[in-house]
Amino acid sequence: MKKLSILFLVLISLLGSCSKDITEDNMQYPALDPVSTDINAGTWKPVLLSAPDEFPVPAPIATNNPDYTAQINEIKSFQQNLTEEERNVVRYWSAGAVLRWNEILRELVAKHNLPPYQNADGTYPIPSAANPLAYPQFPFANPPYAARAYAYVSAAQYDALVAAWHYKVLYNRAAPYKVDSSLQVLVPRSDLPSYPSEDAVIEGVTTEMLKLLFPGDQDFIQQKAQEHKLARIIAGANVRSDLDAGETLGRSVAQKFVTRARGDRAGAAVGNATIWAQMETDAINRGEVPWISQESPKRPGMLPLFGKVKSFLFDSLTMVTSIRPAAPPSTSSQQFKDELAEIYEYSKNPTREQIRIVHFWADGVGTYTPPGHWNYIAAADFVNQRFSEVRWARNMALLNMSIMDAAIACWDAKYTYFNPRPSQMDPRIKTATGLPNFPSYISGHSTFSAAAATILGHIIPAKANEYDAMAQEASMSRMYGAIHYRSDCSKGLETGKKVGDYAIQRAMTDGAE
Amino acid sequence: MTGMVLALLTIHTNAQTEIDGIMMEKHALCIGPMFGYSSWKNYWEGTLKRNNENLGTVSATMYSIMGNYGITKKINVLFGIPYIKTKASAGQMRGMKGIQDLSLWLKWNAYSKKIWQGRFKAIVITGYSMPLSNYTADYLPLAIGLESRNLYLRAMADYQRGAWFGTLSGTYVNRSNITIDRNSYYTTEMHYSNKVDIPDAMAFNARFGYRNNGLIAELFLDNWTTLGGFDITRNNMPFPSNEMNNTKIGFNFKYDMPFLPQLSLTGNVATSVAGRNTGQATGFNAGIFYVMNIAKKVKKESKK
Repeated sequence: MKKLSILFLVLISLLGSCSKDITEDNMQYPALDPVSTDINAGTWKPVLLSAPDEFPVPAPIATNNPDYTAQINEIKSFQQNLTEEERNVVRYWSAGAVLRWNEILRELVAKHNLPPYQNADGTYPIPSAANPLAYPQFPFANPPYAARAYAYVSAAQYDALVAAWHYKVLYNRAAPYKVDSSLQVLVPRSDLPSYPSEDAVIEGVTTEMLKLLFPGDQDFIQQKAQEHKLARIIAGANVRSDLDAGETLGRSVAQKFVTRARGDRAGAAVGNATIWAQMETDAINRGEVPWISQESPKRPGMLPLFGKVKSFLFDSLTMVTSIRPAAPPSTSSQQFKDELAEIYEYSKNPTREQIRIVHFWADGVGTYTPPGHWNYIAAADFVNQRFSEVRWARNMALLNMSIMDAAIACWDAKYTYFNPRPSQMDPRIKTATGLPNFPSYISGHSTFSAAAATILGHIIPAKANEYDAMAQEASMSRMYGAIHYRSDCSKGLETGKKVGDYAIQRAMTDGAE
Repeated sequence: MTGMVLALLTIHTNAQTEIDGIMMEKHALCIGPMFGYSSWKNYWEGTLKRNNENLGTVSATMYSIMGNYGITKKINVLFGIPYIKTKASAGQMRGMKGIQDLSLWLKWNAYSKKIWQGRFKAIVITGYSMPLSNYTADYLPLAIGLESRNLYLRAMADYQRGAWFGTLSGTYVNRSNITIDRNSYYTTEMHYSNKVDIPDAMAFNARFGYRNNGLIAELFLDNWTTLGGFDITRNNMPFPSNEMNNTKIGFNFKYDMPFLPQLSLTGNVATSVAGRNTGQATGFNAGIFYVMNIAKKVKKESKK
C-alpha cells in the first residue's frame, strides 16, 4: 500500500512538471546584421516611382544643433531604466523590419481568410471595405486577395527604401551612436547613414498600405507601428527626426501604390450574377461540362474576374498571348477520363505520408494562404542571407510580384476554361482537404509555387533545387488531396515558371545584381 | 476517457469502469469488445449553435477492446484500445479511420467504511492515454482523436445503501502538446511552430441508480471543460486547441446473464445538452464482457 501511495505521488508530481512551452521559429531569428549596406541602392530601379527623389525629403538638422542633442537625450532617457519587456521589443524588431511587417501581414491574412457564411436565402454576403467590421468582415483574405496584398506591400516597401537610400547617401547623417559614443546600442552597429530611418520608412509605407488592405485592424497595426518606432529609439539606432522623416517618406510612396491598387480592377473581381452565368454558358457552348460549386448552398466562384487584374511583371496582352496555358483535356476525352481515374485512386486510400504532404501544403481556410507559405519559406532563408533591409524588400517584392502575377495568370485560366473539379465528375471522390470553390484548371498551388520557386532559386541559387522540389511537392499535394487532376498541376507548374522567369528578367536589370 | 477527448465527436464509452465505483475481485479479469456510434448534426461554433450543410451529419463509429483486472480487491488495472472511423454525410471531405489511443488506468479503493447502514468508498484513479497510431489530429471535425498524451487524476466517492447508489467524481486531465503536419497555424494569433499547446481539462461525473444482483441501471451526468483554448471564429474550421466543453446526460446498464453470470451485457445511451466548440452528439455503446479468474487457471496449471 505504501508503494502505491508513492506511485500516486509520483503521478501527481508528473502532472505539474510537464513543460508545455513552445519555441516559435520566428522568435529565434537573430538581430539583422547585414553583410553589405547596399549603399548604392538609391540607384536601383523602382517599381512605380519615376525617380528615387520623386517625393522630397528635407535636409536634416545638423548633429551639432541643440535640437539634435535633445533627440540624443530622448534616447538616453529611455535607456536609463530599461525593462525586460522593452528589451524584448527591441530584440523582436531587431530581426528586421521587412521581415516583421511581412509576418504581421501574414497574420492579418490568416485572421481574415474565412469564407463568409451564407444569408438566410442561400445567397452569400460580400465583405465591404467601407464597413470592414460588420459581418462578413472585410476582407475575405483568400489566396488571390492575399497574393495581391503581399505584392503591394512588398513592392511599396521596396520603392520607399530605394528612395530612402537615395536620401541617406545625399544627406549622409551618421547614426546617433556615431555622434555620441556614450550611447548604448542594443542592435548591431552599421555604417549606413541613419537619415531617413529605413525602419520608419518601412513602418510608414506598410501602415499606409494596410489601411487600404486591412481597414478593420487599425488598432493592431498602429500598436505595432508605435512599438516599432519606440524600439528604434530605445535601441539607440535612430533619433526622433530620423524616424519622422522616414515615416513621412514611406507614407508618401504608399500613396502611389494605393492609387495603383484602386485602379487595378481587383475591386471588380467578384463579378456579378450575369457574368457568373455567362461563364457557365460559355463552357457548355464549347461542349464542355462546366464547373459547378460543390458547396451547399452553391457559392459563386471565388473572384471570377481576378484574371483581369493589372499585373506587375508583364502587360495584359502578354498574359493572354504568352502565359495563358492551352485548354485542358476536354471533359469528354479519354485523357480526361484517365486523369479522373487517377485521382479516384489517390482518394481511396491515401498513405500517411501523402496526408502529411496534403496538410503541410494545404494552406486553406484560416491560414496565411499558399502565397503566405512561400513568404514564410523565403523569410526563413533570407534571415540566413543577412540581406540589408533594402535588399530584403527588393527580394520580397520580386517574390510577391511573381506570386500575384501567378495568381492573375492562374485565375485567368480557371475562368477562361471553367473546368470542373474531380469530385464534381465522380461523386465517389472524397477529398483529404477542403475543396476550393473555383474551377480546377490550372492548380493555384502549382502556379504560385513554381513562380515562387523560380524567383527564389534565382535569389539563392544554392537552394534552387530545394525550392523546385518544394514546388513539386506542393503541386502533388493537390492530387493526393483529390482536388486536382494531373494536367491542372503540370500546367500550373509550367505557367508559374513562366511568370517566375519574368521576375528573373526584372531582377537581372534592376541594378541590384 | 477515450471518447470525451474527441473534439467534436463525443463518443460515450462510459461502460468502462474507470468511471464507476465497482472493483473487480483479486485475480479476476473482465474483458470484452465494445461497439459505439455517435453522431451530431448541430454543433457549437464558440457559443453559437449551428449546423453545416457541407458536413451534414458527422458520425464516429468505434470498435474497442476493454479490460479490467483485479491485482487485489482494492487495486484494479484497466485498459481500453479503440478503433475509430469518422464520416461526414454531406460535403466532399473524406472521413478518417484508425486505431486511436491506448488508455491505461490504475484504480485504488483507498477507503471503505460502513456509514448509515450503507457503504462509502473513496477511490483514487490515475490514468494515462497515448496514441497507438500516427493519426492526424489537425483535421477536425473528422480527425479520430486529438493526439495528446493525457495524464488523468481522478477522485471518486461512491455510496451504496441497499440496492441504491450514487457516485461522484472529478478529474484533472493534463494534456501534452501535439505535433501537427504544418509549420504554422493561427489561433487568436499567428504561431510559427508545428507544436500545439493543448489546454488541460477538468471532467466531472455524477451517476446514481440501482446496483444489485447482477443488474446495474443508472443515470449519469457528464461534463468536460477545457481549461483554456479559444473559440472557433465565424465559419472557421475547428482546431485541436479550441476550448472544447460538453455536458451530456445518459443512461447506462450492465446485466449479468442468469444462465452464465460470468457473461454480462452492457450498454448506454447519451446525448449532449450543452457545449462549446463541440458537437451536439447523441450516441450509444454496447459491449459483452466476460469475467474469468486468472488465479484458478494458474493454480490448476501448476498442479499438472
